Amino acid sequence: MTATPTATSEVRPVIVGAGPAGVRAAQTLAAHGLKPVVIDEASRAGGQIYRRPPPTLAARDKQTLYGFESKRADAVHTAFDALQGRIEHHADSLAWNAQDQVLDVMHNPTRSNRRVPYSHLIVATGATDRVLPLPGWTLPGVYTLGGAQVALKYQGCAIGRRVVFMGTGPLLYLVAYQYAKAGVDVAAVLDTARLADQIAAAPAMLAQPVVLAKGMYYVGWLRAHGVALHGGVRPLRVLGDEAQGRVTGVAWHDGNKERTLDCDAVGFGYALRSETQLADLLGCRFDYAPLHRAHLPVRDAAGRSSVQGVYLAGDGAGIMGADAAEWAGERAALALLQDAGIAIDTARASGLERRLDKLAGFRRGLERAFPVPQDWAENASDDLVICRCENVTAGTLRQTIANTGADEMNRLKALSRVGMGRCQGRMCGAAAAEILAHATRQPLQQVGRLRGQAPIKPIPLRLVPAERSGAS
Amino acid sequence: MTMKTPALLHRVAETAGRESVPFTLDGEPASALAGDTVLTAVLTQCGQLRRNEFSGLPRAGFCMMGACQDCWISTDEGERFRACSTFIAPGMALVTGRDGA
Repeated sequence: MTATPTATSEVRPVIVGAGPAGVRAAQTLAAHGLKPVVIDEASRAGGQIYRRPPPTLAARDKQTLYGFESKRADAVHTAFDALQGRIEHHADSLAWNAQDQVLDVMHNPTRSNRRVPYSHLIVATGATDRVLPLPGWTLPGVYTLGGAQVALKYQGCAIGRRVVFMGTGPLLYLVAYQYAKAGVDVAAVLDTARLADQIAAAPAMLAQPVVLAKGMYYVGWLRAHGVALHGGVRPLRVLGDEAQGRVTGVAWHDGNKERTLDCDAVGFGYALRSETQLADLLGCRFDYAPLHRAHLPVRDAAGRSSVQGVYLAGDGAGIMGADAAEWAGERAALALLQDAGIAIDTARASGLERRLDKLAGFRRGLERAFPVPQDWAENASDDLVICRCENVTAGTLRQTIANTGADEMNRLKALSRVGMGRCQGRMCGAAAAEILAHATRQPLQQVGRLRGQAPIKPIPLRLVPAERSGAS
Repeated sequence: MTMKTPALLHRVAETAGRESVPFTLDGEPASALAGDTVLTAVLTQCGQLRRNEFSGLPRAGFCMMGACQDCWISTDEGERFRACSTFIAPGMALVTGRDGA
């Protein structure tokens, strides 16, 4: 792209998301004399991985909160705090619509809306857990792995007294370790991946030996502390009393037979999925990314999306982890500066690209170590709730597909209401796509993806304009 | 049936030195700690935030990070909050719908 020199005053960059990617992007723009607007849903910057507890919860140091990641977390927090006065930070704020180079932003505590124009936009919207439902997953006491971690890190709470962690992905062992360390009884860690998967992946993961070593440390620590670790499991159901809304245990298949275990809470998930709704509203082109088993907004090596002036960084554009998010955030900001005609250190930019490129091999290793179960859809029983917002079952989806010939996600949504609820398919979209692909015998990329719609999260029917509400 | 279900969340850290925040839960006086989200304030006392409109069954949140929209809760005046991303404030009158309301 050829850069036309622009007066700095005409550049009005906006960053959505203040996790590792958004923070580094803001820092980079500020270092080049721009004053970016940073919009973030959290009260304090850090994103999910480096999420900071409210100021009243100050008893734990960063080592306790972030473990091996404490230095990284501290660096990101410090970098952001140092930007005070050099950026415009809208905390507790949701960018819920994007149109004609203007974002609609709601300040959550005051329910006030402000319109934020931009010349350039960096989308760093992060990720949430990838969920493959199992019977009983709507019971109170069942949370995502990320949710279980937020409860502990952000609120000093455990999701139960005796907890089972289930699914797969790096977060599985990390959260189990953090809970056990906090003194919670971890009844078991049930991994759908097999030890053989992890051994096969080890060569690729050596691209990031530290990450591999950390993972092995958590597993070793859990084992040494007597936590039962089972690999190659097939989760069967969360046991409990539906009317009372209580978890009493889990059942799984260990390859030979069904097994059960008592517990009062379950954390589960299958690695992460990108938050892509904003990129979608912005009109970014999406492609199917086999590694992520998802349609993702495309970006070049620098983070430029298909839409001029829109940049993508961090897990919101494909799960690469927090270190990659920092690099991608900085690289995207440099791309923005280049496009605005502002001089940058090009060696730095290509160095960042090289580092990001190197991580791609590691990412493939992770997927091999913690593969998403391929037989989930065929094992999903008809009465399994797929959409927890509106209680749409796998049976309803299959019936709709059989009766109407629906073979694409948005058609299936219109006909069955899957993905139409308040979460807009964040929790059910991946699973519904697996069901649709399996039922129609199509590869996953053929069934498409749920289109994002404004508002990308629920907003009150009546929003107060920010000017009148007095919100800052 | 007004039986209160057992608390879901258990405090394992950060219990000292925080001011208590009085609020009401289904009409009964209750107390949280400053810095609690509404979700924490409620689920350290009982086992649900609301009932799902479609199944009628109790719900207590799921993702804890503002994505799943499972943790909406009402006040006695019908105002609704997403419990995981709203802090508890003194005098909030929260209603969990535990009677099936």
